[in-house]
Amino acid sequence: MHTQITHLLALWASLPQIVRTVVWILIITIGVILCVAFLTLWERKVIGWMQLRRGPNRVRIFGMLPGLGQPFADVFKLLTKEVVVPSAASKFLFRIAPALALIPAIAAWAVIPLSPQLVVSKANAGLLYLLALSSMGVYGIILAGWSANSKYALLGAMRSAAQMVAYEIAMGFALVGVLMAAGSMNLGQIVQHQQGGFLAWNWFWLFPLFVVYLIAGVAETNRAPFDVAEGESEIVAGFHVEYSGIAFALFFLAEYANMILISTLTAVFFFGGWLSPFAGYPGIGHTFLGDPSFFWLGLKVFVFLFLFLWFRATFPRYRYDQIMRLGWKALIPVTLVWIGVEMIMAAIHIGPWARPWFH
Amino acid sequence: MLNNYLPILIFLAIATAVALVLLTLGSTIGRFFAREPADRDKLSAYECGFEAFEDSRMKFDVRYYLVAILFIVFDLEIVFLFPWAVALGDIGVAGLIAMVVFLGILTVGFIYEWKKGALEWD
Repeated sequence: MHTQITHLLALWASLPQIVRTVVWILIITIGVILCVAFLTLWERKVIGWMQLRRGPNRVRIFGMLPGLGQPFADVFKLLTKEVVVPSAASKFLFRIAPALALIPAIAAWAVIPLSPQLVVSKANAGLLYLLALSSMGVYGIILAGWSANSKYALLGAMRSAAQMVAYEIAMGFALVGVLMAAGSMNLGQIVQHQQGGFLAWNWFWLFPLFVVYLIAGVAETNRAPFDVAEGESEIVAGFHVEYSGIAFALFFLAEYANMILISTLTAVFFFGGWLSPFAGYPGIGHTFLGDPSFFWLGLKVFVFLFLFLWFRATFPRYRYDQIMRLGWKALIPVTLVWIGVEMIMAAIHIGPWARPWFH
Repeated sequence: MLNNYLPILIFLAIATAVALVLLTLGSTIGRFFAREPADRDKLSAYECGFEAFEDSRMKFDVRYYLVAILFIVFDLEIVFLFPWAVALGDIGVAGLIAMVVFLGILTVGFIYEWKKGALEWD
């Protein structure tokens, strides 16, 4: 048994670099899609518990936990549904828009460091790539809303696009603050520069930026309480009102994949990514608790995802003018002020700027 | 160094392939279960059960354009800040002061927009 594993590892190492990269990409892609499947179930369960219900509890697989089969049943149902294309729609754009929404949500994982060793690409411009891709997500939504030639869809898409670009500014300014504290656009290095335990992570010195980033992230993904783009009491389902079957499922997949992505990025930028919170504590040394690993990243991502669900179960929906006011008049001034504060901190060398990489 | 960018290209290609395969597969299976031929009402745009009065290619609020223009202005400023923030360790106090001046001008512009009411939405 043991020798077999050694043989397999040797075989793996003997494969060309490019084959190994492709295998990792496939594993990550399928992993993200599976995470989305179980996130939808977890969301319904959590919101159910918060409202004193049970949530989905009928579909089982192999007689295990009630409800565990629900996402698979949903996928099966959506696959067998007809994709209706309205006769007045721009057919090509209508068909291609769901793909345009999903591609950036998946491709962004190329530069995310999942553990100290495991990252598909150690690109130096990783952060720029992420910013570019998150801007691409708007295209899928606005094309979907416009091409459907339905008033609800158009209104939803306009709202959604305006909201996303407004919050992207706040997000970008918050990232400038992170870059100042990290001195690199390489995500692996951003994590490494936060070494030194719980209080050395960026959230401590950049706390206002962390709050801004989290709020902007919720708004970017069009989640409650900022989900006016699909406010069902006003414009039915917003930009994807005309979509059915798998085309609708792709938008759904993109939204949840973006939620996981934003949670991961929050963990990477502000909470030390794969670093352990107990690193540097006496008596722990090089044990599982003190060493960096994928486990810590997963735990942090899970906590932030839970926040997304918690927000949805707790907060009433914002009005559109309130959303715009929050984005332009609250979040952007906060980030501008904090960039100024960071300049002072950098000039007198405290916090992250007291570390050896900064001179 | 370019080695690090090839995986990104492969990832983009695979993500595109996944999206297109899912879309094609679902449409094909869906067509098998579809009720044919589809009637006019099924293929019309949704409008709460009414017949659509008019096309949706209509006028919309100019404020959406305003948001887009403001977005471009601010996004360019972010692009300008990015390389500066990365090089913060190498440019010293002179670099800091230069950016303070730039951010000062930016803030003046921001206050002007605010007072002019460009950020209002009602």
